[in-house]
Amino acid sequence: MTTTTIAAPRSPRRLRGRTNTELYAWLFMRVSGVFLIVLVFGHLFVNLMVGEGINALDFAFVAGKWADPLWQVWDLLMLWLAMIHGTNGLRTVINDYAERDQVRMWLKMLLYVAAAFTIILGTLVIFTFDPCPAEAAAELLPSFCPGA
Amino acid sequence: MPKAPAGTIYRGREGMWSWVAHRVTGIGIFFFLLVHIVDTALVRVSPESYNEVIATYKTTIVGLMEVLLVAAIVFHAFNGLRIILVDFWSKGPRYQRQMLAGVGILWLVLMVPFLVRHLSHVFGG
Repeated sequence: MTTTTIAAPRSPRRLRGRTNTELYAWLFMRVSGVFLIVLVFGHLFVNLMVGEGINALDFAFVAGKWADPLWQVWDLLMLWLAMIHGTNGLRTVINDYAERDQVRMWLKMLLYVAAAFTIILGTLVIFTFDPCPAEAAAELLPSFCPGA
Repeated sequence: MPKAPAGTIYRGREGMWSWVAHRVTGIGIFFFLLVHIVDTALVRVSPESYNEVIATYKTTIVGLMEVLLVAAIVFHAFNGLRIILVDFWSKGPRYQRQMLAGVGILWLVLMVPFLVRHLSHVFGG
């Protein structure tokens, strides 16, 4: 009797060069999504529902918020999570619909440049913001500024 | 070999349309976000320039666009929770239709008070 060796049906395929990037992207969308619901709903409630709503928004309103470290951290987290979440979403959409390699590559480059620009810009604004700029008209400044 | 009848179209019903709506709202929110970060960055230029751009947010037409924006965000948020439940809850796929109805109910529960409040700000001055 001759024995034939048959490979086990579920022997692992070779996964050389493969990474779990897409798995982490998928997981990030879900985890960041939960955080963003809290961050964005809080942002919308405070800026659009409380008090005068949209009519209360001006430089003094923003300066008053960012005088509180809580809102600085809130807005910084919201900026980073929303931009990365949105950029990854748009990346998926581009991958789905842009069939030509060159078009797909350039659209994603444009997306990444726009995302990096806005994330860096927003971060710099939050960290270098001056609520009481010296040359500004006093009546436009928050009440805690000297001379306002 | 039987040929597929002409003119067939994929009919994914609730699952497909919620997927489409999730994409469309997501893309819309993303482009608003780009604009919103740049306009907020004007606080770093001067109080005058920031107040000037934020004044456009208080006009009637943009006030109504904010309703569309918030409607899109609220749908995307609750449908996102539905997607998480479909992925992680063992009974999620079975109840995805019912959960979409839940998304609609939660959407209404948040949108009605928001509409009343926001429109009174937009039209009340």
